[in-house]
Amino acid sequence: MARDNQIDTDPLIRMEGINKRFPGVLANDSVDFSVQEGEIHALVGENGAGKTTLMKVLYGIYSKDEGQIYFDDKPLEIKDPKAANELGIGMVHQHFMLVPPLSVADNITLGREIAKYGVLDREEAKERILELSSDIGFEIDPEARVEDLSVGVRQRIEILKVLFREAEVLILDEPTAVLTPQEVESLYEILNNLQEQGKTIIFITHKLNEVMDLADRVTVMREGKDVGTKEVQETSKNELANMMVGREVLLRVEKEEAEKGEELIRAENLTLKNDEGANIVDDISFSIREGEVFGIAGVQGNGQTELIEALTGINEFSSGTVEVQNSDLTNADGQVIREEGIGHIPEDRLDRGMITDFTVTENFVLGYHTFERYSSRIFMKLRDMDEHAKKAVEEFDIKTPSTKTLAESLSGGNQQKLIVARELSQQPKLLIAAQPTRGIDVGAIEFVHERLMKERARGKGLLLVSSELDEIISLSDRIAVIYEGEFIGMFDANETSKEELGVYMTGSERQDKEEVRRKALDKVSPRE
Amino acid sequence: MDIFTISTLLATIRMAVPISLAALGGLFSESTGVINIALEGIILMGAFAGTIITNATGSPLLGILMAVVAGIGMALIHAIASVTFKANHIISGVALNLFATGVTFFLALVLTGGSQISVESTLPKFLGISPVIYVTVAIFFLSGFFLYRTRLGLRLRATGEHMAAVDSVGISVTKMRYLGVLISGALAGLGGGFLAIEQANFFTKGMSAGRGYIGLASMIFGKWTPWGAAGAASLFGFSQALQFRISIPFVPDEFLQMLPYLITIAVLVGAVGRATPPAEDGNHFIKEG
Repeated sequence: MARDNQIDTDPLIRMEGINKRFPGVLANDSVDFSVQEGEIHALVGENGAGKTTLMKVLYGIYSKDEGQIYFDDKPLEIKDPKAANELGIGMVHQHFMLVPPLSVADNITLGREIAKYGVLDREEAKERILELSSDIGFEIDPEARVEDLSVGVRQRIEILKVLFREAEVLILDEPTAVLTPQEVESLYEILNNLQEQGKTIIFITHKLNEVMDLADRVTVMREGKDVGTKEVQETSKNELANMMVGREVLLRVEKEEAEKGEELIRAENLTLKNDEGANIVDDISFSIREGEVFGIAGVQGNGQTELIEALTGINEFSSGTVEVQNSDLTNADGQVIREEGIGHIPEDRLDRGMITDFTVTENFVLGYHTFERYSSRIFMKLRDMDEHAKKAVEEFDIKTPSTKTLAESLSGGNQQKLIVARELSQQPKLLIAAQPTRGIDVGAIEFVHERLMKERARGKGLLLVSSELDEIISLSDRIAVIYEGEFIGMFDANETSKEELGVYMTGSERQDKEEVRRKALDKVSPRE
Repeated sequence: MDIFTISTLLATIRMAVPISLAALGGLFSESTGVINIALEGIILMGAFAGTIITNATGSPLLGILMAVVAGIGMALIHAIASVTFKANHIISGVALNLFATGVTFFLALVLTGGSQISVESTLPKFLGISPVIYVTVAIFFLSGFFLYRTRLGLRLRATGEHMAAVDSVGISVTKMRYLGVLISGALAGLGGGFLAIEQANFFTKGMSAGRGYIGLASMIFGKWTPWGAAGAASLFGFSQALQFRISIPFVPDEFLQMLPYLITIAVLVGAVGRATPPAEDGNHFIKEG
């Protein structure tokens, strides 16, 4: 690719009047978008705003219906990813395009293998990859198998794959969605290094913190249109959020002081062993009162998933007890747990939260379908089900053509709202919410937060697990940090900071074990 | 009982050839994510085509070649159905098996008036063994090299594990899958040709007798690797060789003939351990946009 020194008013890539239609939707509505050489450009917007579509048009995965793309001021057609590669454009997809059983080197070189007479030259490939990776400042073992590597490392492999194809422009689709806070840090470093080397970076995100931390400029999209491009230094999170949603958004959660009441749940000495006998959940105790939010912060994969699953009847504890208002619910059946008034917003909405082939109504009653209000002994009360679902759709502002629509055609945010609506409509006394706002957009996050806080004000208890520290701190009353299956720190949400929690989350500090247990069980006098 | 003799060894190898070729064929097909249960029918078709052409031309070499071509032809139908038209791989395979059973029996009747056809000439033996056996061994070496050391082999294997990834780097998933399936047809066809021309010296209806399925079992037992497949096929070959060599008082021979099939079931149920098939096995590739 030609890399002339250009005056920076001349964009490297210019997309003009891009239209892209899918059956029933105009995903891109005459979008203008331009990128300067050497900048980090963020593309933000709610889910379904058309960001990924626009980038897939640029990368040649989608063919546009109307509009023109200019590269270096020359109009051209990018008919497939190969053509984009030839221009020096590479894309790191949200869902990694890696072949798990193959080695790192084979994955990086696939399609552009280094070979003599068709026979792979793996030594040469290894050298080139080591060189490339040290150029941008990290180490990688080219012979490791991808399936043995963490998500963060896999993403680096994707980046290397793009660089191996000599890309000068990198498009990253929601690169931080799957990363732990530490991995996000090192991704920032890598991207900064790439920028120093003169690469141009476009990244799609809906996390405004990332835009502020990383980008030079930002383009906001809403409902398929571009609503403007800003210099990051001249804008604010609030302004961007308002642009994304098209109205005023509260980024801060309004949390009133709630009256703490009776103890709702008391869990003691919970331990869960995996098949190999290792403690995935290690001697965890806690209690939650009415009107209280108990947050669990931790890097994904430290046992929080297993803890929640065992609390909600999907998995079983090896030892320990769970008491909910004096009835023993240790390793109880999921149905019993629901009947006891414990709701559950699962961490993975597609895997655990809903059946996408079912309608909105069916998903709305899922898990509660045996309850008397939805079911006589033999037949489902279809009319009642639908009525309740319709009411919830209205109340929770779930955007769906009808309650008979299949859940799969809802956007991620609306799917999440549907699950939240289902659980809250049952009036649970305790709600277990895991990553309740994962992968949903600003407007929906605001809504979910508001609803959760409303439940708290009504004296409901909430167990919140989230990898978003902002969310944990702003919603919780007490916060436990989980590390390798153990609670290693207990904090008062009003007296801690992201930084402090971050240190504990990596396990580099821990509080006294007895002290943590005492605080988690709320045996100290309640704060004034 | 002297079952561990040279003659048992030779019989084992002879028995193992069609099974191992079917296993390797299955491996090539599944390495691109296409399940090829049609191997059974392909062996039968290869056996039939090989026999007819050997007798018609007097050349067993042409017969063997024709068996390979017939195998490729069958595989092509499977590829068109399951790759291009995205039919369920199993259904397409079962259909081809039924087709092969019927059409070979029918043509045998039409052409010779009987359901069994003798093969009139065989390939000259080399050091007492059919040259096809040497070729089979060579094919295994070449396949190992091809799959794990060459560009095309890497692309084939990647296709069976993650089609979208392969497509995203500009490789045609469809081409890779056709290639995998056609190679599997050629190999199983060769196995069928060997079975009729070199091993049995006749064709008879339904003579594949489950070798295609046992081949697939060998592939699974061998954890989708060429050498594993060869080893597993040899085990099955041995069990088939045994059935002619041992007789146990009061136990009917029929029970001994069940041995290979019983071993197949036992192996598939228990001994496999955690073998993971290619992730895209049985999937269809649907391109977005």
